[in-house]
Amino acid sequence: MINANKIREDFPILQQKAYGKRLVYLDSAATAQKPQAMLQAMDTFYKTSYANVHRGIYQLGEEATLQYEMVREKVAKFINAQREEIIFTKSATEAANLLAHSLGEKLQEGDEILLTEMEHHSNLVPWQQLAKKKKLVVKYILLKNDGTLDMKAARELCTKKTKILSTVHVSNVLGTINPVKELMALAHKQGALGIIDGAQSVPHLPVDVKELDCDFLFFSGHKLLGPSGVGTLYGKRKHLEQMEPFLFGGDMIKEVSFAGASWNDVPWKFEAGTPNITGVIGLGAAIDYISALGMAQVAEHGKELIAYARQELAKISGITLYGPKEGIAVVSFSILGIPPHDVAALLDREGLAVRAGNHCAMPLLSKLGVPGTVRASFSVYNAKEDVDVLVAGIKKAQEVFRQ
Amino acid sequence: MNATKEKMKENQEAEMKNAGLQEEVRFSDDLYREHILDHFKNPRNFGELRDCTLRHKELNPLCGDEMEIMLKINGQQAQEKKLADISFQGQGCAISMAAASLLSEHVKGKSVEEIKNVQPEEMLGLLGIQVGVVRMKCALLALKTLQKVLEE
Repeated sequence: MINANKIREDFPILQQKAYGKRLVYLDSAATAQKPQAMLQAMDTFYKTSYANVHRGIYQLGEEATLQYEMVREKVAKFINAQREEIIFTKSATEAANLLAHSLGEKLQEGDEILLTEMEHHSNLVPWQQLAKKKKLVVKYILLKNDGTLDMKAARELCTKKTKILSTVHVSNVLGTINPVKELMALAHKQGALGIIDGAQSVPHLPVDVKELDCDFLFFSGHKLLGPSGVGTLYGKRKHLEQMEPFLFGGDMIKEVSFAGASWNDVPWKFEAGTPNITGVIGLGAAIDYISALGMAQVAEHGKELIAYARQELAKISGITLYGPKEGIAVVSFSILGIPPHDVAALLDREGLAVRAGNHCAMPLLSKLGVPGTVRASFSVYNAKEDVDVLVAGIKKAQEVFRQ
Repeated sequence: MNATKEKMKENQEAEMKNAGLQEEVRFSDDLYREHILDHFKNPRNFGELRDCTLRHKELNPLCGDEMEIMLKINGQQAQEKKLADISFQGQGCAISMAAASLLSEHVKGKSVEEIKNVQPEEMLGLLGIQVGVVRMKCALLALKTLQKVLEE
């Protein structure tokens, strides 16, 4: 059982007030706030162990490298992978770009990439650009009115022509939990590679890459209570071995001469340049923190909060809720007569931080037929009381606009 | 958050100065004052302008705002050109819609040269509210669109 009010004490930023009111942070899907233990870990690392990794043979260099590589092990364990299958990137977006670049090299004119209609721009634009360059075809698995994927359409759209199926696990707009295991099986049946965008799922659900049988999965650190500037790409070793690097430079090479270069082993082949070393240390501490809470409990908490939020929000007159009844971590809505940004601006004055707009998913919003929504998203530090503050804030906004 | 808020306010003031804004203009802290809501709910000069001579559309990806401005210009010589009529249509937040409505009233009948010289501070003065850095785009979308039309 998650005790959000107790957990909140671990987050220094949430002790602040906004406009004299308790700060109620409901934008964790954009980025999550940070626990003291994570901040402390980064501070301590900078003060006691910082040096470049995989280079210095002096004590600090050894220590920094050891700690950095221990986080790789930790991340691997967290999603049930092997440590050489974990690549640190600067973001989930960079991971998606890495995949589009490196997998794209082997695709040929007419090959198909299958996405869903609920992708975030980060798992959409890289594939679109690749398709443009290599004359590939991008297809989309349809979204049903209830905010879930049309699996019948998925089965029809996934054919022998499909080379890559890439899908978001949890929608950052609707909170839908997609049947990714089934989608991965569908891809494999047709000989395609299966990719999962775990940016919104890894912070809220137990994710096991072996159980899902995905070929690749990526997520960002900052949504997982970790620092910004660090992301993770998981890939099955057999694929990573055969892929060409995305970025070239230091640390990713085995040997360089004036005539050419050969590549380092996986995963370092994909980590060119000095990585975000301290960011990785922070990610490790964030994983320690959330693991101690228990991912099963975290998931239960996320689902309960959404169920409660949907139940309470539905009571407000003039509200439209988007997404399925059973979602996680995210709820989107609009209020009749008040544009989303104005709802957000009025909620701000009540100490509430929510997001308004298209949430980097413009095609999905056009499908919903709205230019934007208001989105409230939750994390382990949010309690049901936060939903009550939100509901009261919306009612107050409606009063202002009724004047 | 007080220290941060102070800092933000300072930044905002610096930002406004950069945008050529006068410090002495007093802005209300309340974004949704009566006249803003009035102009949002009953926008003036809203809709299609049938005999327009110029039109231009701008987007604000932050809010998903869409703004199209239509103009009817009279006069042949550059110095004589006047804005005989104006209308706008689109969708967006209350701030951007109210700004368009207020601006349309403000510029109707003015010469093209005058309109080209309307400064951001004048627009914010019409709104009479304190607009933060992030929503400055909403407040200035109508003016930006209008001046783009005239450039063409």
